[in-house]
Amino acid sequence: MSKIKHAFQNGTALIGFLTGGDPSIEKSREFILEMVRGGVDLIEIGIPFSDPVAEGSVIQQANFRALSAGTTTDKIFDLVELVRRESEVPIVFLTYLNPVLQYGYERFFKRCDLLGVDGIIIPDLPFEEKAELGDEAEKYGVEIISLVAPTSEERIRTIASEAKGFLYVVSSMGVTGVRSEIQTDLPKMIRLAKEVADIPAAVGFGISNPKQAKEIGKIADGVIVGSAIVKIIEEHGNDAGSFLYEYVKSMKDAIRG
Amino acid sequence: MKKGRYGVHGGQYVPETLMNELIQLEESYERYKNDAEFTQELDQLFREYVGRPSLLYYAEKMTKELGGAKIYLKREDLNHTGSHKINNVLGQALLAKKLGKTRLIAETGAGQHGVATATAAALLGMECEIFMGKEDTERQVLNVYRMELLGAKVHPVFSGTMTLKDAVNEAMREWTSRIHDTHYVFGSVMGPHPFPMIVRDFQSVIGKEAKEQILEKEGKLPDAVVACVGGGSNAMGAFYEFVPHEEVALIGCEAAGKGLDTEEHAATIAKGTIGVFHGMKSYFCQDAYGQIAPVYSISAGLDYPGIGPEHACLHDAGRAKYVPVTDDEAVAAFEYLARTEGIICAIESAHAVAHVRKIAGEMNRDQIIIICLSGRGDKDVAAMARYRGVDLHE
Repeated sequence: MSKIKHAFQNGTALIGFLTGGDPSIEKSREFILEMVRGGVDLIEIGIPFSDPVAEGSVIQQANFRALSAGTTTDKIFDLVELVRRESEVPIVFLTYLNPVLQYGYERFFKRCDLLGVDGIIIPDLPFEEKAELGDEAEKYGVEIISLVAPTSEERIRTIASEAKGFLYVVSSMGVTGVRSEIQTDLPKMIRLAKEVADIPAAVGFGISNPKQAKEIGKIADGVIVGSAIVKIIEEHGNDAGSFLYEYVKSMKDAIRG
Repeated sequence: MKKGRYGVHGGQYVPETLMNELIQLEESYERYKNDAEFTQELDQLFREYVGRPSLLYYAEKMTKELGGAKIYLKREDLNHTGSHKINNVLGQALLAKKLGKTRLIAETGAGQHGVATATAAALLGMECEIFMGKEDTERQVLNVYRMELLGAKVHPVFSGTMTLKDAVNEAMREWTSRIHDTHYVFGSVMGPHPFPMIVRDFQSVIGKEAKEQILEKEGKLPDAVVACVGGGSNAMGAFYEFVPHEEVALIGCEAAGKGLDTEEHAATIAKGTIGVFHGMKSYFCQDAYGQIAPVYSISAGLDYPGIGPEHACLHDAGRAKYVPVTDDEAVAAFEYLARTEGIICAIESAHAVAHVRKIAGEMNRDQIIIICLSGRGDKDVAAMARYRGVDLHE
């Protein structure tokens, strides 16, 4: 079993996202470990990109802060190395295709394998373009996480049937960001996926508070929290560690019910 | 070649949320492009509303002064709204209407595409919202007000470099959040498939007319077709009909800003590398880690870090040539055309004029160059005065 699937072994998983290097690599290391201590089951590390078109303003700003602080793909790999000295938590990257393409697919996935990155989410790589990455990801055992959206409809089956690691169920239209309400028929999306594949389904986009996490946790195998975490980092900067711990713990407790 | 691919370039690198929409758009386009009613409707708009066919004007004074090839100007600047942008916009707006959309959104750099989109929306009774980099809203204040007069809402974009690429980012974000009633009118031969194809097809009227006109006037094809290139829609439109005619040189002029030896340019082919951005694989100005570079040009319409995928392919194949033109050269050409031919062209188009000033004299008198004069220069007059240190305020 892949390490990613391990994250879903003990009830509904809590998946936490932060942008690597926001505000610094050292702080990202600390924040990740605090989130793990608070109960996060899987960590998503964003490799910052200059033009994150799938992100709302909160994560856009985080990308900007990280890049302004001199974060590069190499430094994100350093971050993974630091985290791996202290934690075996499953780690996936989230980034756009271009930074991966420029790093070189072979070189990128080889380093992922070497340092213990278990998967990658690429929002601008839809099902039709998966061949772009060639065999490199598979060769090095890095799982490409597929996304399904409220507009996917009949595509959900196609996508789910080839999905690896977990299925990222995008809860809402639009970009990432905190939302007060989610109106999509999530149970239906998840049901469609499960009809064709035995794969954990985690819901993301717009989830920020324990009440939402609890609701989503009832229908999904995982709850993904991004913007709400990044917002805490934005607000508290270098001192965000303890706040992240408390926040993640409250979310995990809510999911456990 | 795979659908939506131009050599290795093109593709559909967009979030899953947009995929079904793109698939539907392509299917509908394939159906309507050969639909008699649709093509007649568009054709009538081109004739009665845009003023097509645009003139192919023999620039006699310029020709004599440069002492070489005969120079013709394809006068897209005479179109309604003042540029070639209207060709594509009317096509897409009509298509969007057939798809049941009631709202158009678009990015704009110089404001020409925004004005054209706002115009089409007004004409066809659709809602319209335009995304424009904050910096460009300041460079092109009049066009902002023009769009508002036409009933559009203009959103200044504060993210990133606050120019054209950021306006595209924001328009794409808006489209992913509201797709059911909204069509995103891409302004150039860029973005995910099917946009590069659709925009090219609607713009190809430029080259089709030019070919017919030059055959009528000269009885032969031109030796070169020259156009400015940002994303590359006027160039693609001018080139497309001539691509199969290998004897016709196709030359795209990209913005070299303050020079290729500086960081301040937007010369994608000269300085860019292959990447994936804004839904397509093509050449982009970027750093070693794939961060998209801030680009610069005096011309807001060419101030874009990428180029349409079909241009990238024509470049790879050696079928078209792409040359850099600096701000200084473009401004000099802007002034030159005004004094020589009495035509104030867009600073974007002046990049093409500038290159022709370099090559026409080297060619024979029985050779022919067609310049695509993509737009008129009213919008640039204030900026040109500033460039020359002239204060227009009393």
